[in-house]
Amino acid sequence: MEIPKIFLGYKRENGRAGTRNHVIILPVDDISNACAEAVANNIKGTIALPHSYGRLQFGADLELHFRTMIGTGKNPNVAAVIVIGIEPKWTKRIVDAIAKTGKPVEGFSIEGVGDIDTIAKVSKKAQEFSMWASEKQRVECPISDLWISVKCGESDTTSGLASNPTVGNLMDKLEPLGVHLCFGETSELTGAETVCAKRGKTPEAQKKFMKTWSDYNDFILKEATNDLSESQPTAGNIAGGLTTIEEKAFGNFQKIGSRQFIDVLEPAEEPTKGKGLYFMDTSSAAAECVTLQAAGGFNIHLFPTGQGNIIGNPIEPVIKLTANPLTAKTMSEHIDVDVSKILSREMNLDQAGDELIKSTIKVANGRLTCAEALGHKEFVMTKLYRSA
Amino acid sequence: MANTDIIIHDEKDNVGVVVIEKITPNQDCNCWIMENDKSAKIQSKSEIPLGHKIAMIDLKEGDTILKYGHDIGKVVKNINKGEHVHVHNVKTKKW
Repeated sequence: MEIPKIFLGYKRENGRAGTRNHVIILPVDDISNACAEAVANNIKGTIALPHSYGRLQFGADLELHFRTMIGTGKNPNVAAVIVIGIEPKWTKRIVDAIAKTGKPVEGFSIEGVGDIDTIAKVSKKAQEFSMWASEKQRVECPISDLWISVKCGESDTTSGLASNPTVGNLMDKLEPLGVHLCFGETSELTGAETVCAKRGKTPEAQKKFMKTWSDYNDFILKEATNDLSESQPTAGNIAGGLTTIEEKAFGNFQKIGSRQFIDVLEPAEEPTKGKGLYFMDTSSAAAECVTLQAAGGFNIHLFPTGQGNIIGNPIEPVIKLTANPLTAKTMSEHIDVDVSKILSREMNLDQAGDELIKSTIKVANGRLTCAEALGHKEFVMTKLYRSA
Repeated sequence: MANTDIIIHDEKDNVGVVVIEKITPNQDCNCWIMENDKSAKIQSKSEIPLGHKIAMIDLKEGDTILKYGHDIGKVVKNINKGEHVHVHNVKTKKW
Protein backbone atom coordinates (compact mmCIF):
# COMPACT_ATOMS: atom_id res chain seq x y z
CA MET A 1 0.00 0.00 0.00
CA GLU A 2 1.19 3.50 -0.71
CA ILE A 3 1.10 5.39 2.56
CA PRO A 4 -0.82 8.68 2.44
CA LYS A 5 1.56 11.63 2.79
CA ILE A 6 -1.00 14.09 4.12
CA PHE A 7 -3.95 14.37 6.49
CA LEU A 8 -6.44 17.13 7.17
CA GLY A 9 -5.63 18.89 10.41
CA TYR A 10 -5.89 22.21 12.22
CA LYS A 11 -2.73 24.29 11.85
CA ARG A 12 -1.86 26.07 15.09
CA GLU A 13 -0.07 29.34 15.75
CA ASN A 14 3.18 27.55 16.72
CA GLY A 15 3.32 25.38 13.58
CA ARG A 16 2.03 22.17 15.16
CA ALA A 17 -1.15 20.56 13.76
CA GLY A 18 -4.16 19.22 15.62
CA THR A 19 -6.42 16.31 14.73
CA ARG A 20 -9.15 17.93 16.86
CA ASN A 21 -10.29 21.47 17.59
CA HIS A 22 -11.25 21.51 21.25
CA VAL A 23 -11.88 24.52 23.46
CA ILE A 24 -11.07 23.33 26.97
CA ILE A 25 -12.00 24.63 30.41
CA LEU A 26 -9.12 23.52 32.58
CA PRO A 27 -9.47 23.56 36.37
CA VAL A 28 -6.16 24.07 38.19
CA ASP A 29 -7.42 22.19 41.22
CA ASP A 30 -10.17 19.86 42.47
CA ILE A 31 -12.29 22.63 44.00
CA SER A 32 -12.50 24.51 40.70
CA ASN A 33 -14.12 21.55 38.94
CA ALA A 34 -17.68 22.72 39.68
CA CYS A 35 -17.06 26.09 38.10
CA ALA A 36 -15.35 24.57 35.03
CA GLU A 37 -18.18 22.09 34.52
CA ALA A 38 -20.82 24.81 34.88
CA VAL A 39 -19.11 26.88 32.16
CA ALA A 40 -18.82 23.89 29.84
CA ASN A 41 -22.49 23.21 30.42
CA ASN A 42 -23.37 26.81 29.54
CA ILE A 43 -21.27 27.15 26.41
CA LYS A 44 -21.58 24.64 23.59
CA GLY A 45 -18.39 23.56 21.89
CA THR A 46 -16.36 23.59 25.11
CA ILE A 47 -15.32 20.73 27.37
CA ALA A 48 -14.34 20.78 31.03
CA LEU A 49 -11.48 18.59 32.22
CA PRO A 50 -12.25 17.91 35.87
CA HIS A 51 -9.68 16.02 37.98
CA SER A 52 -8.90 15.25 41.60
CA TYR A 53 -5.75 17.19 42.53
CA GLY A 54 -3.90 20.50 42.50
CA ARG A 55 -3.79 21.50 46.16
CA LEU A 56 -0.83 21.41 48.56
CA GLN A 57 1.31 19.38 46.17
CA PHE A 58 5.04 20.03 46.32
CA GLY A 59 8.39 19.14 44.78
CA ALA A 60 8.49 16.76 41.80
CA ASP A 61 4.80 15.96 42.27
CA LEU A 62 3.84 19.62 41.92
CA GLU A 63 6.12 20.02 38.90
CA LEU A 64 4.39 17.05 37.27
CA HIS A 65 1.01 18.62 38.03
CA PHE A 66 2.04 21.83 36.28
CA ARG A 67 3.63 19.96 33.38
CA THR A 68 0.43 17.99 32.84
CA MET A 69 -1.83 21.06 33.05
CA ILE A 70 0.40 23.16 30.77
CA GLY A 71 1.02 20.33 28.29
CA THR A 72 -2.69 19.61 28.03
CA GLY A 73 -3.35 23.25 27.20
CA LYS A 74 -0.48 23.39 24.70
CA ASN A 75 -1.58 20.24 22.85
CA PRO A 76 -2.36 21.13 19.21
CA ASN A 77 -5.72 19.33 19.46
CA VAL A 78 -6.74 22.26 21.66
CA ALA A 79 -7.68 25.51 19.89
CA ALA A 80 -8.15 27.70 22.95
CA VAL A 81 -7.98 27.34 26.71
CA ILE A 82 -9.65 28.75 29.78
CA VAL A 83 -7.88 28.09 33.07
CA ILE A 84 -9.80 28.36 36.36
CA GLY A 85 -8.15 28.04 39.76
CA ILE A 86 -9.02 28.96 43.30
CA GLU A 87 -5.94 31.21 43.60
CA PRO A 88 -4.46 33.54 40.97
CA LYS A 89 -0.77 32.58 41.23
CA TRP A 90 -0.78 28.97 40.05
CA THR A 91 -3.51 29.86 37.54
CA LYS A 92 -1.28 32.53 36.02
CA ARG A 93 1.72 30.20 35.86
CA ILE A 94 -0.30 27.78 33.73
CA VAL A 95 -1.82 30.53 31.54
CA ASP A 96 1.56 32.12 30.84
CA ALA A 97 3.14 28.84 29.78
CA ILE A 98 0.25 27.92 27.46
CA ALA A 99 0.28 31.44 25.97
CA LYS A 100 3.76 30.79 24.54
CA THR A 101 2.11 28.64 21.85
CA GLY A 102 0.29 31.76 20.62
CA LYS A 103 -3.15 30.21 21.10
CA PRO A 104 -5.92 32.13 22.91
CA VAL A 105 -5.78 31.45 26.65
CA GLU A 106 -7.27 33.26 29.62
CA GLY A 107 -7.15 32.58 33.37
CA PHE A 108 -9.66 33.24 36.14
CA SER A 109 -9.50 32.76 39.89
CA ILE A 110 -12.45 32.16 42.18
CA GLU A 111 -11.23 33.47 45.54
CA GLY A 112 -12.90 36.77 46.49
CA VAL A 113 -15.43 36.41 43.64
CA GLY A 114 -17.32 33.17 44.24
CA ASP A 115 -18.52 30.53 41.80
CA ILE A 116 -21.56 32.33 40.39
CA ASP A 117 -19.89 35.55 39.26
CA THR A 118 -16.87 33.58 38.05
CA ILE A 119 -19.10 31.31 35.98
CA ALA A 120 -20.78 34.37 34.42
CA LYS A 121 -17.45 36.03 33.58
CA VAL A 122 -15.81 32.86 32.30
CA SER A 123 -18.85 31.91 30.23
CA LYS A 124 -18.58 35.13 28.24
CA LYS A 125 -14.94 34.44 27.42
CA ALA A 126 -15.69 30.78 26.70
CA GLN A 127 -18.42 31.77 24.25
CA GLU A 128 -15.98 34.05 22.45
CA PHE A 129 -13.35 31.26 22.24
CA SER A 130 -15.86 28.63 21.13
CA MET A 131 -17.24 30.75 18.31
CA TRP A 132 -13.73 31.78 17.24
CA ALA A 133 -12.55 28.16 17.18
CA SER A 134 -15.63 27.06 15.21
CA GLU A 135 -14.37 29.08 12.24
CA LYS A 136 -11.14 27.08 12.00
CA GLN A 137 -10.92 24.88 8.93
CA ARG A 138 -8.97 21.69 8.39
CA VAL A 139 -6.09 22.07 5.94
CA GLU A 140 -3.68 19.64 4.32
CA CYS A 141 -0.85 18.80 6.72
CA PRO A 142 2.14 16.54 6.09
CA ILE A 143 1.88 13.17 7.81
CA SER A 144 4.95 14.18 9.84
CA ASP A 145 2.59 16.48 11.79
CA LEU A 146 1.17 13.36 13.41
CA TRP A 147 2.51 12.68 16.88
CA ILE A 148 1.37 9.16 17.69
CA SER A 149 1.35 7.73 21.20
CA VAL A 150 0.70 4.07 22.00
CA LYS A 151 -0.38 2.14 25.08
CA CYS A 152 -2.13 -1.23 25.40
CA GLY A 153 -4.66 -2.31 27.99
CA GLU A 154 -6.66 -5.29 29.23
CA SER A 155 -4.06 -7.20 27.29
CA ASP A 156 -4.10 -10.91 26.71
CA THR A 157 -1.94 -13.22 24.65
CA THR A 158 -3.64 -12.05 21.44
CA SER A 159 -2.14 -8.60 22.15
CA GLY A 160 1.41 -9.95 21.98
CA LEU A 161 0.57 -12.21 19.05
CA ALA A 162 -1.17 -9.74 16.80
CA SER A 163 -2.58 -6.36 17.89
CA ASN A 164 0.67 -5.05 19.43
CA PRO A 165 2.76 -6.26 16.46
CA THR A 166 0.23 -4.46 14.21
CA VAL A 167 1.09 -1.21 15.99
CA GLY A 168 4.77 -2.15 15.62
CA ASN A 169 4.24 -2.61 11.90
CA LEU A 170 2.66 0.88 11.69
CA MET A 171 5.63 2.34 13.57
CA ASP A 172 8.08 0.65 11.20
CA LYS A 173 6.21 2.16 8.23
CA LEU A 174 5.53 5.66 9.60
CA GLU A 175 8.75 6.47 11.44
CA PRO A 176 10.70 6.97 8.18
CA LEU A 177 8.06 9.56 7.18
CA GLY A 178 9.06 11.78 10.09
CA VAL A 179 6.30 11.23 12.64
CA HIS A 180 6.89 11.50 16.39
CA LEU A 181 6.12 8.29 18.30
CA CYS A 182 5.83 7.55 22.01
CA PHE A 183 5.52 4.44 24.15
CA GLY A 184 5.48 4.23 27.94
CA GLU A 185 4.30 1.84 30.68
CA THR A 186 7.53 1.60 32.67
CA SER A 187 6.33 -1.10 35.07
CA GLU A 188 4.88 -3.23 32.28
CA LEU A 189 8.28 -3.65 30.68
CA THR A 190 9.42 -5.62 33.72
CA GLY A 191 10.99 -8.82 32.51
CA ALA A 192 11.78 -7.29 29.12
CA GLU A 193 13.70 -4.33 30.55
CA THR A 194 17.18 -5.33 29.37
CA VAL A 195 15.89 -6.23 25.89
CA CYS A 196 14.06 -2.90 25.76
CA ALA A 197 17.08 -0.92 26.99
CA LYS A 198 19.11 -2.25 24.03
CA ARG A 199 16.69 -0.41 21.74
CA GLY A 200 18.03 2.91 22.97
CA LYS A 201 19.70 4.68 20.04
CA THR A 202 22.58 5.97 22.16
CA PRO A 203 24.36 4.66 25.27
CA GLU A 204 22.87 7.66 27.14
CA ALA A 205 19.31 6.71 26.14
CA GLN A 206 19.98 3.09 27.17
CA LYS A 207 21.37 4.12 30.54
CA LYS A 208 18.56 6.57 31.16
CA PHE A 209 16.00 3.87 30.39
CA MET A 210 17.56 1.38 32.82
CA LYS A 211 17.69 4.01 35.57
CA THR A 212 14.06 4.98 34.97
CA TRP A 213 12.94 1.35 35.02
CA SER A 214 15.02 0.51 38.14
CA ASP A 215 13.67 3.50 40.06
CA TYR A 216 10.09 2.50 39.23
CA ASN A 217 10.75 -1.14 40.08
CA ASP A 218 12.39 -0.21 43.41
CA PHE A 219 9.33 1.83 44.25
CA ILE A 220 7.03 -1.11 43.47
CA LEU A 221 9.15 -3.52 45.53
CA LYS A 222 9.16 -1.05 48.43
CA GLU A 223 5.38 -0.61 48.44
CA ALA A 224 4.38 -4.17 47.52
CA THR A 225 2.59 -6.12 50.23
CA ASN A 226 2.38 -9.35 48.24
CA ASP A 227 3.67 -10.71 44.94
CA LEU A 228 1.37 -8.30 43.03
CA SER A 229 -0.54 -11.29 41.72
CA GLU A 230 -3.79 -9.31 42.23
CA SER A 231 -2.50 -6.33 40.21
CA GLN A 232 0.10 -7.35 37.62
CA PRO A 233 -1.00 -9.17 35.55
CA THR A 234 -4.60 -8.07 36.20
CA ALA A 235 -7.49 -10.51 36.58
CA GLY A 236 -8.48 -9.63 33.01
CA ASN A 237 -4.96 -10.37 31.74
CA ILE A 238 -4.99 -13.75 33.51
CA ALA A 239 -8.44 -14.63 32.16
CA GLY A 240 -6.98 -13.89 28.72
CA GLY A 241 -4.11 -16.32 29.27
CA LEU A 242 -1.27 -14.05 30.43
CA THR A 243 0.55 -15.76 33.29
CA THR A 244 3.39 -13.48 34.41
CA ILE A 245 4.55 -9.86 34.18
CA GLU A 246 7.43 -11.03 31.98
CA GLU A 247 5.01 -12.53 29.46
CA LYS A 248 2.94 -9.34 29.52
CA ALA A 249 6.09 -7.24 29.08
CA PHE A 250 7.33 -9.08 25.99
CA GLY A 251 3.84 -8.75 24.48
CA ASN A 252 3.75 -5.05 25.33
CA PHE A 253 7.18 -4.50 23.80
CA GLN A 254 5.92 -5.69 20.36
CA LYS A 255 4.26 -2.28 19.94
CA ILE A 256 7.51 -0.58 18.92
CA GLY A 257 8.21 -2.94 16.05
CA SER A 258 11.89 -2.84 15.21
CA ARG A 259 12.31 0.84 16.13
CA GLN A 260 14.92 2.38 18.41
CA PHE A 261 14.09 5.14 20.91
CA ILE A 262 15.91 8.46 20.86
CA ASP A 263 15.37 9.57 24.43
CA VAL A 264 13.58 8.89 27.71
CA LEU A 265 10.99 11.51 28.65
CA GLU A 266 9.79 12.47 32.11
CA PRO A 267 6.03 11.94 32.57
CA ALA A 268 4.18 14.58 30.47
CA GLU A 269 7.44 15.95 29.03
CA GLU A 270 7.38 17.23 25.47
CA PRO A 271 10.01 15.64 23.21
CA THR A 272 12.53 18.11 21.83
CA LYS A 273 15.04 15.97 19.95
CA GLY A 274 13.12 15.82 16.70
CA LYS A 275 11.15 13.13 14.89
CA GLY A 276 11.28 9.48 15.90
CA LEU A 277 10.40 7.24 18.82
CA TYR A 278 10.52 8.28 22.48
CA PHE A 279 10.00 6.35 25.69
CA MET A 280 8.02 8.17 28.37
CA ASP A 281 8.18 7.14 32.03
CA THR A 282 4.50 6.48 32.82
CA SER A 283 2.20 4.43 34.96
CA SER A 284 0.76 1.41 33.18
CA ALA A 285 -2.79 2.39 34.12
CA ALA A 286 -4.46 3.34 30.84
CA ALA A 287 -6.03 6.71 31.63
CA GLU A 288 -2.98 7.96 33.56
CA CYS A 289 -0.67 6.97 30.73
CA VAL A 290 -2.72 8.50 27.89
CA THR A 291 -3.25 11.71 29.89
CA LEU A 292 0.54 12.04 30.28
CA GLN A 293 1.20 11.31 26.59
CA ALA A 294 -1.43 13.86 25.51
CA ALA A 295 0.26 16.39 27.81
CA GLY A 296 3.54 15.56 26.07
CA GLY A 297 1.96 16.90 22.87
CA PHE A 298 0.85 13.69 21.13
CA ASN A 299 -2.20 14.25 18.95
CA ILE A 300 -3.46 10.74 18.13
CA HIS A 301 -3.32 7.52 20.17
CA LEU A 302 -3.30 3.83 19.24
CA PHE A 303 -4.60 1.44 21.89
CA PRO A 304 -4.44 -2.32 21.31
CA THR A 305 -6.61 -4.36 23.67
CA GLY A 306 -7.17 -8.05 24.24
CA GLN A 307 -9.99 -8.51 26.71
CA GLY A 308 -11.54 -5.10 25.91
CA ASN A 309 -10.35 -1.90 27.58
CA ILE A 310 -12.81 0.93 26.86
CA ILE A 311 -10.69 4.04 27.56
CA GLY A 312 -10.86 7.41 25.81
CA ASN A 313 -9.28 10.81 26.40
CA PRO A 314 -10.89 14.26 26.24
CA ILE A 315 -8.36 15.80 23.82
CA GLU A 316 -6.41 12.98 22.17
CA PRO A 317 -8.52 10.59 20.07
CA VAL A 318 -7.91 6.97 21.12
CA ILE A 319 -8.13 4.36 18.36
CA LYS A 320 -8.70 0.85 19.65
CA LEU A 321 -7.72 -2.34 17.94
CA THR A 322 -8.04 -5.95 18.98
CA ALA A 323 -6.96 -9.31 17.68
CA ASN A 324 -9.20 -11.22 20.07
CA PRO A 325 -12.12 -12.48 17.97
CA LEU A 326 -14.39 -12.81 21.03
CA THR A 327 -13.74 -9.21 22.10
CA ALA A 328 -14.24 -7.99 18.52
CA LYS A 329 -17.66 -9.67 18.60
CA THR A 330 -18.87 -9.00 22.15
CA MET A 331 -17.54 -5.42 22.46
CA SER A 332 -17.73 -4.28 18.87
CA GLU A 333 -18.88 -0.76 19.79
CA HIS A 334 -15.46 -0.17 21.38
CA ILE A 335 -13.27 -1.56 18.60
CA ASP A 336 -12.16 0.71 15.76
CA VAL A 337 -9.94 -1.83 14.02
CA ASP A 338 -10.45 -5.61 14.12
CA VAL A 339 -7.26 -7.52 13.32
CA SER A 340 -8.43 -10.90 14.66
CA LYS A 341 -8.01 -12.44 11.22
CA ILE A 342 -4.27 -12.49 11.94
CA LEU A 343 -4.89 -15.36 14.35
CA SER A 344 -6.71 -17.41 11.73
CA ARG A 345 -3.95 -16.41 9.30
CA GLU A 346 -6.43 -14.84 6.88
CA MET A 347 -4.56 -11.55 7.34
CA ASN A 348 -0.83 -10.95 7.75
CA LEU A 349 0.90 -8.26 9.79
CA ASP A 350 1.70 -6.16 6.75
CA GLN A 351 -1.99 -6.02 5.81
CA ALA A 352 -3.01 -5.35 9.41
CA GLY A 353 -0.48 -2.50 9.65
CA ASP A 354 -1.92 -0.98 6.46
CA GLU A 355 -5.47 -1.22 7.85
CA LEU A 356 -4.34 0.53 11.01
CA ILE A 357 -2.63 3.30 9.01
CA LYS A 358 -5.84 3.84 7.01
CA SER A 359 -7.91 4.08 10.21
CA THR A 360 -5.36 6.40 11.81
CA ILE A 361 -5.56 8.80 8.86
CA LYS A 362 -9.37 8.68 8.88
CA VAL A 363 -9.44 9.58 12.57
CA ALA A 364 -6.75 12.24 12.08
CA ASN A 365 -9.02 13.71 9.38
CA GLY A 366 -11.89 13.93 11.84
CA ARG A 367 -13.70 10.60 11.95
CA LEU A 368 -14.87 9.99 15.52
CA THR A 369 -13.29 7.06 17.36
CA CYS A 370 -15.52 4.57 19.15
CA ALA A 371 -14.42 6.08 22.45
CA GLU A 372 -15.34 9.60 21.29
CA ALA A 373 -18.74 8.47 20.02
CA LEU A 374 -19.38 6.75 23.34
CA GLY A 375 -18.33 9.82 25.33
CA HIS A 376 -15.16 8.47 26.95
CA LYS A 377 -13.14 11.42 28.31
CA GLU A 378 -10.91 9.93 31.00
CA PHE A 379 -8.54 12.65 32.22
CA VAL A 380 -6.46 11.29 35.09
CA MET A 381 -3.58 13.14 36.69
CA THR A 382 -0.62 11.08 37.89
CA LYS A 383 0.17 11.82 41.54
CA LEU A 384 3.63 10.81 42.72
CA TYR A 385 3.11 11.01 46.50
CA ARG A 386 1.01 12.50 49.31
CA SER A 387 0.44 16.25 49.51
CA ALA A 388 2.05 18.39 52.19
CA MET B 1 -3.25 -24.56 4.46
CA ALA B 2 -4.60 -26.52 7.41
CA ASN B 3 -6.36 -24.49 10.11
CA THR B 4 -3.99 -23.21 12.77
CA ASP B 5 -5.00 -24.13 16.32
CA ILE B 6 -1.86 -22.98 18.11
CA ILE B 7 0.67 -20.23 17.36
CA ILE B 8 4.24 -20.37 18.66
CA HIS B 9 6.21 -17.10 18.58
CA ASP B 10 9.77 -18.41 18.38
CA GLU B 11 11.35 -21.74 17.56
CA LYS B 12 13.00 -21.79 21.01
CA ASP B 13 9.65 -21.48 22.83
CA ASN B 14 8.43 -24.37 24.96
CA VAL B 15 4.84 -23.11 24.98
CA GLY B 16 2.31 -22.25 22.29
CA VAL B 17 -0.86 -20.11 22.37
CA VAL B 18 -4.31 -21.48 21.52
CA VAL B 19 -5.88 -19.29 18.81
CA ILE B 20 -9.21 -21.07 18.35
CA GLU B 21 -12.12 -20.77 20.80
CA LYS B 22 -10.82 -23.77 22.76
CA ILE B 23 -9.05 -27.08 22.32
CA THR B 24 -10.30 -30.22 24.01
CA PRO B 25 -8.35 -33.15 25.56
CA ASN B 26 -6.77 -35.54 23.04
CA GLN B 27 -7.28 -33.10 20.17
CA ASP B 28 -4.64 -33.27 17.44
CA CYS B 29 -3.61 -29.66 16.96
CA ASN B 30 -1.82 -27.86 14.14
CA CYS B 31 0.84 -25.43 15.31
CA TRP B 32 2.42 -22.59 13.35
CA ILE B 33 5.80 -21.17 14.35
CA MET B 34 5.75 -17.46 13.43
CA GLU B 35 9.50 -16.90 13.51
CA ASN B 36 10.38 -19.33 10.73
CA ASP B 37 6.93 -20.12 9.23
CA LYS B 38 7.30 -23.82 10.10
CA SER B 39 4.52 -26.15 11.18
CA ALA B 40 4.31 -28.65 14.04
CA LYS B 41 1.74 -30.99 15.57
CA ILE B 42 0.80 -31.68 19.16
CA GLN B 43 -1.87 -33.68 20.96
CA SER B 44 -3.51 -31.80 23.82
CA LYS B 45 -4.03 -33.33 27.27
CA SER B 46 -6.21 -30.56 28.76
CA GLU B 47 -9.08 -28.36 27.71
CA ILE B 48 -7.42 -25.01 26.93
CA PRO B 49 -9.31 -21.81 26.03
CA LEU B 50 -8.44 -19.16 23.46
CA GLY B 51 -5.31 -17.22 24.36
CA HIS B 52 -4.07 -19.73 26.93
CA LYS B 53 -0.84 -21.69 26.65
CA ILE B 54 -0.05 -25.34 25.99
CA ALA B 55 3.21 -27.09 26.95
CA MET B 56 5.09 -28.17 23.81
CA ILE B 57 7.42 -30.45 25.85
CA ASP B 58 7.49 -32.04 29.32
CA LEU B 59 8.47 -29.37 31.85
CA LYS B 60 9.84 -29.94 35.37
CA GLU B 61 9.60 -27.81 38.48
CA GLY B 62 12.30 -25.14 38.26
CA ASP B 63 12.38 -25.10 34.44
CA THR B 64 12.14 -21.77 32.60
CA ILE B 65 9.21 -21.03 30.31
CA LEU B 66 10.33 -19.55 27.02
CA LYS B 67 7.99 -17.41 24.91
CA TYR B 68 9.05 -14.84 22.29
CA GLY B 69 12.35 -16.74 22.72
CA HIS B 70 12.67 -15.16 26.19
CA ASP B 71 12.31 -16.13 29.85
CA ILE B 72 8.76 -15.40 31.02
CA GLY B 73 8.79 -17.27 34.36
CA LYS B 74 9.50 -20.50 36.21
CA VAL B 75 7.64 -23.81 36.44
CA VAL B 76 6.39 -24.43 40.00
CA LYS B 77 4.64 -27.75 39.35
CA ASN B 78 5.60 -30.41 36.78
CA ILE B 79 3.78 -29.99 33.46
CA ASN B 80 3.36 -32.73 30.86
CA LYS B 81 3.56 -32.07 27.14
CA GLY B 82 0.10 -31.05 25.92
CA GLU B 83 -1.11 -29.69 29.26
CA HIS B 84 -2.42 -26.23 30.12
CA VAL B 85 0.31 -23.82 31.26
CA HIS B 86 -0.88 -20.94 33.47
CA VAL B 87 -0.87 -19.39 36.95
CA HIS B 88 -1.44 -22.81 38.60
CA ASN B 89 1.92 -24.15 37.43
CA VAL B 90 4.04 -21.12 36.43
CA LYS B 91 5.14 -18.06 38.45
CA THR B 92 7.04 -14.85 37.74
CA LYS B 93 10.73 -14.62 38.62
CA LYS B 94 10.40 -10.89 39.17
CA TRP B 95 8.04 -10.11 42.04
